[in-house]
Amino acid sequence: MRLSGTDAGAAPRESAVITGQEAHIKVQGLTMAYGDFVLMRDLTFTINRGDIFIVMGGSGCGKSTLMTILIGLKAPAQGKVFYGGEDFWGADQETRDRIIRRAGVMYQSGALWSSLTLAENIALPLEIYTDLRPAQVRKVVKLKLALVGMAGFEEFYPSEISGGMQKRAGIARAMALDPEILFFDEPSAGLDPVSARRLDDLILELRESLGTTMVVVTHEMASIFAIGSNSVFLDVSKRTMTATGNPNQLLAETKDPALRLFLTRGEHS
Amino acid sequence: MTARGEMTLEQPSADTLKVVLSGDWKLGGELPSAEKVQQALDNQPGVRQLVFDTRKLASWDTGLLTFLTNLNAFCLKQNLRLKSDGLPPGAKRLLELAAAVPEKKDARPAEERLSFLSYLGNETVNFFRSAGELLEFIGEAVIASQRLVRGQAQYRRADLGLILQAVGVQALPIVSLICFLVGLILAFIGAIQLKLFGAQIYVADLVGIAMVRLMAAIMTGIVMAGRTGGAFAAQLGTMQVNQEIDALKTTGISPMEFLVLPRMLALALMMPPLCLYANVMGILGGMVVGVGLLDIGFIEYYQETAKAVGLWNLGIGLFSGLVFGIIVALAGCMRGMQCGRSASAVGDAATSAVVTAIVGIIVSTAVITVLCNFLGI
Repeated sequence: MRLSGTDAGAAPRESAVITGQEAHIKVQGLTMAYGDFVLMRDLTFTINRGDIFIVMGGSGCGKSTLMTILIGLKAPAQGKVFYGGEDFWGADQETRDRIIRRAGVMYQSGALWSSLTLAENIALPLEIYTDLRPAQVRKVVKLKLALVGMAGFEEFYPSEISGGMQKRAGIARAMALDPEILFFDEPSAGLDPVSARRLDDLILELRESLGTTMVVVTHEMASIFAIGSNSVFLDVSKRTMTATGNPNQLLAETKDPALRLFLTRGEHS
Repeated sequence: MTARGEMTLEQPSADTLKVVLSGDWKLGGELPSAEKVQQALDNQPGVRQLVFDTRKLASWDTGLLTFLTNLNAFCLKQNLRLKSDGLPPGAKRLLELAAAVPEKKDARPAEERLSFLSYLGNETVNFFRSAGELLEFIGEAVIASQRLVRGQAQYRRADLGLILQAVGVQALPIVSLICFLVGLILAFIGAIQLKLFGAQIYVADLVGIAMVRLMAAIMTGIVMAGRTGGAFAAQLGTMQVNQEIDALKTTGISPMEFLVLPRMLALALMMPPLCLYANVMGILGGMVVGVGLLDIGFIEYYQETAKAVGLWNLGIGLFSGLVFGIIVALAGCMRGMQCGRSASAVGDAATSAVVTAIVGIIVSTAVITVLCNFLGI
């Protein structure tokens, strides 16, 4: 990572959480479709370096599909995605692999490999993509688990831990290679309020400490307002995005009834 | 070029050791070890605190963090103070975050190293436990079958139809191929020996009796164990992983009746016809060798086969097929229902179902053979 990038100079510098400055991901005129069925069209927005960017919208609007396009699992029907100026879907597979290796993904259910222990789950990307010695890998694994509050759980299998712990272990695995961008698919889904809050705090702390760009797909209002610095709203009825910006600002200023309805959980239509 | 991190140690006062970090502290680069600091601390017993100077630190990542967490652990152990003020703010926060939740020493499952006797004892207990589970499962299946006979079983007839199709018609190509080739192989082996005595015609007897009485049923059973038993275990195992079976139970539907019964019924109904079909294919395989290579006439081969194969042989073969069908269904469904909650458990369940079914087929063949011998049929 790229964790701090360039802490040079006379005094130790923070990892420079720069939001709203440099574009990290740019989406231009994106259309998402399954066969002939167009899910969303004309999506254009920018995710800046260091943003906690929320992809929000009602159920079935295509939030998770948008994430699968951003992480290279599904091609868009139309439009472009730029990573730091590089046309992601216009590039060959090798380039796409190189770009996406700089990203980490936490899936909704954790998606930990069930036949591997938590330590092996986190160690696998390190063993494949780095030349670290086994002892070093073990140290990194221990650190990553400690960062998500799970030190000591190295030898557990995913089936032996709770859903919330699986999500945190999923974050530890996503962070294994010190990614520049972390994607989260419904991080709070299925968690109790306290665990959801802790996960939000963890996301905020990681962004503050590392300056990592975070893309969070969610429709949990508490999370959206607590952690989001920027967002896009996908309107399922209009099949396109209707707003982008800071969620708190959108709530204060929007005149769009659908967005207001969403952000106020239907209380002020 | 490989990133390189550098470290020098200074002692500004008697009780303080300053760690000066410079260069690129990145994972995979050449980084000094935390043990150097530990050695310095061991050599300077008067030192009570550790401070950092990172003004010349160019960049850092997890490489620096693992170094710092090692030092932190050492300082805690030696009761030394680690002052993190001089660290980059991000690294300082992450160090605090990593230490926020103490390591659970009792969280790791204890690795048990069992003695041979303990291992043997455990395996014996497991064997009897498995045998008990098997008997319990068979008992539940019998009760479910009784409810089926009384017309009280809860299952969807559409499901039964689909399973019948899957285990019947769709199994014909593989059963044809396997049994045709088995008949062909038997005829070849028999022909070599019988030719020595000029008794080639008895190839028809050999193939006919072997296929109809035993081989067709065994081969069909083994094919169905691999093809259908494994599939049953994987289907039910996946349902177990997704809590679909729990959902059936809480809805008040018996998984035994809803899932196991249709599968058992389908295989019990389809195995005898499949065996009959396998008999024909096996005899055809033998006939190809007999007519093609041994110059036996087609009618002659047919008549010799009809004369050799009695109704008892056919009955024993079809009965064996019925038993094998029930064994394959029970093994597949039982392993699926016993499946754990992970993807690898589904694979284990499928493997175990096939092994259990094949062992069951061989054991039941032995029992049927001994019984027939005892009854003189």
